[in-house]
Amino acid sequence: MSGKILLRLGVGVVSMCSAAQAGEAEDLAALKAEIADLRSDYEARIEALEKRLQAAEAKSDEPTTIAAAPPTPTPAPAPAAPRAPIGQNAYNPAISVVLNGTFAAFENDPSAAVIPGFPLDGEAGLADRGFSLGESELALNANIDHRVYGNLIFALTDEGEVEVEEAYIQTTSLPGGFTLKGGRFFSGIGYLNENHAHNWDFIDAPLPYRAFLANQLGDAGLQLRWIAPTDFYLEAGAEVMRGDGFPAGGAANNGAGTYAGFVQTGGDIGVSSSWLAKVSYLRAKSDQRDINGDIFSGRDTLGILSLVYKWAPNGNATTRNLIVNGEYFFGNERGDYNLTPVDLDRSGFYAQAVYQFRPRWRAGARYARLMSDSAPAGLISTALDDLGRSPDAISALLEFDTSEFSRFRLMYTYDNSDTSSNNEFLARYTVIFGPHGAHRF
Amino acid sequence: MRKILALSLLFSAVALPAHAALKVFACEPEWAALSTEIGGKLVNVYAATTGGQDPHQIQARPSLIAKARAADIAVCTGAELEIAWMPQVVRQSANSKIQPGADGYFEATSVISLLEAPAALDRAQGDLHAYGNPHIQTDPRNILIVARALAAKFSALDPANAASYAAGYADFETRWTAALKKWEAEAAPLRGVPIAVQHRSWVYMIQWLGLREIIALEPKPGIPPTSGYLAEVLETLKKQPVKMIIRAAYEDPRSSEFIAPRAGAPAVMLPFTIGGTEDAKDLFSLYDETIGLMTKAAAQ
Repeated sequence: MSGKILLRLGVGVVSMCSAAQAGEAEDLAALKAEIADLRSDYEARIEALEKRLQAAEAKSDEPTTIAAAPPTPTPAPAPAAPRAPIGQNAYNPAISVVLNGTFAAFENDPSAAVIPGFPLDGEAGLADRGFSLGESELALNANIDHRVYGNLIFALTDEGEVEVEEAYIQTTSLPGGFTLKGGRFFSGIGYLNENHAHNWDFIDAPLPYRAFLANQLGDAGLQLRWIAPTDFYLEAGAEVMRGDGFPAGGAANNGAGTYAGFVQTGGDIGVSSSWLAKVSYLRAKSDQRDINGDIFSGRDTLGILSLVYKWAPNGNATTRNLIVNGEYFFGNERGDYNLTPVDLDRSGFYAQAVYQFRPRWRAGARYARLMSDSAPAGLISTALDDLGRSPDAISALLEFDTSEFSRFRLMYTYDNSDTSSNNEFLARYTVIFGPHGAHRF
Repeated sequence: MRKILALSLLFSAVALPAHAALKVFACEPEWAALSTEIGGKLVNVYAATTGGQDPHQIQARPSLIAKARAADIAVCTGAELEIAWMPQVVRQSANSKIQPGADGYFEATSVISLLEAPAALDRAQGDLHAYGNPHIQTDPRNILIVARALAAKFSALDPANAASYAAGYADFETRWTAALKKWEAEAAPLRGVPIAVQHRSWVYMIQWLGLREIIALEPKPGIPPTSGYLAEVLETLKKQPVKMIIRAAYEDPRSSEFIAPRAGAPAVMLPFTIGGTEDAKDLFSLYDETIGLMTKAAAQ
């Protein structure tokens, strides 16, 4: 039956196309008349509907209908009155402050910490012993106009210095799913990198982030992201940056020394689970990068595979939830290290799980490991010499939140990444006041 | 044959607007259902959350970002209910149509006079909502006000189908007004009944049905109770007994189930939104179920 109709439809279309040639002028005229009939019929129906719409609108314009309808003693809710005009400060940006207070106890002197085989940028050091104020952050953000959003985050260091952590503008209305960001920002590579350190589940960065990215890669540059018009999530991004952030150094290539790209996808598994997978690539040039007097010129490439899995019963994370994530880093460094040619293949990974076992209480564990490459003969006993060690660390975490605005965390690490093993204990509070920005996944 | 040819032309003419269906990203199930009531087949609706989830605390998941990317309109409660996730979803979606302030961003609370707007904002008072209590869907009269505004919004975004949205609204209004009469009649025994609430999310329903809220099981909004506070609650409930302790389906049942036997009142889990309980399947059965559960508890 339906096949017959399809056939007839096909024949109909063909016959319409070839009507003139086939001399079916009569048919064509009849067809035209029929279409005209249909059109006038339709116009009449649309007119009728428009009249009904007007009637409905007129009816709904009478404010009494809603108030009078329910015959109950309690007054019916009225539509909102226009809000009172607000002064000039209504356009103030959202301002929020993050405070970190830390107590640290280390078996070995943290100021002498190294990872043999991996020259560490100054940013990748350990916390000071005893009580200290971690970086305090002040964040200002707002929509600048209908096309641009702006974000500025200062970090006030323990030494009383002010650093610009991020300062960028970002488009909000480019067509086709594109977003362009410019300024100083954290690179979109990896999973942790783009999240602010105070939003990380653990207090510090895992070993691969310390060794390959000096905890977190932030630099000045441009980022273009594109989110695909697919039913599932697929996003790609590309970045070009100045080349001042480790592993780059010296703003090589006329101040465009670092390129990066990433592709990520993710979705839900039923109502309780969701996941994210990401592949990232970084290519960073160094021109006379200086780490504690060791000079490197050349280039670093880094590939990162990231996986994140989150679970909460029925997707309701309030009471219990689980977050598991892991990342694998593949790095290659090629060039001249203190004038000696090097070509080093190094890698590292971490895996961690954090479980909220009751409201406001979380516990977690993390394992991280680095795989170094042997240094050339001329570089024995420099920072590139791994001294035959294979650095790894295992950490445990306990967290209590008094509310979603304040977190109290205890963390213990058995750190085997240095020249000898180290017992490390960190306690930290992280509080946020002011508007609390929504978290990334 | 000519008739069939004419029909096929007509079909292609009608099919075109059907393909251009408005893609609706609804933050909560009640707005997803309302969008379908008004738009029918002209809208393609995605509900971002379920009745089992706390709409305050949702992850900005990849799946939500993908759906927001494709949306023509986001229909949300607003008034900061979704502040912990929606701004991130909208920004990452890179969809200019649904950015706050754009034509395709609709907040249901924008057309309702909100109750409990705090005079002063201080987080020492708990997790306050600056613009007032956002849980407007607990009073079905609000649904009708939102429906009207939403129909107008759909018409503005899709003028070609304005008549259909108006017709959808008119039909919904008729059915809803009749249902309201029924619910109010059924809920008559609830007038003046004292209740305790686990979280203060019921203020609109309490006002609608004339219930009396004696106490909340949270010391402050969003702050879970300590055992000391629950002891105080029990003291209060001894002096002022209540008929039931109500909570939303997504809430941790422990505090109301701890109090209920000690206070001699049943703990009643209400759907709160569509999908909160098995029988709350659509907007109409949501209130059927809510009133049914409460009148049953009050009669005990």
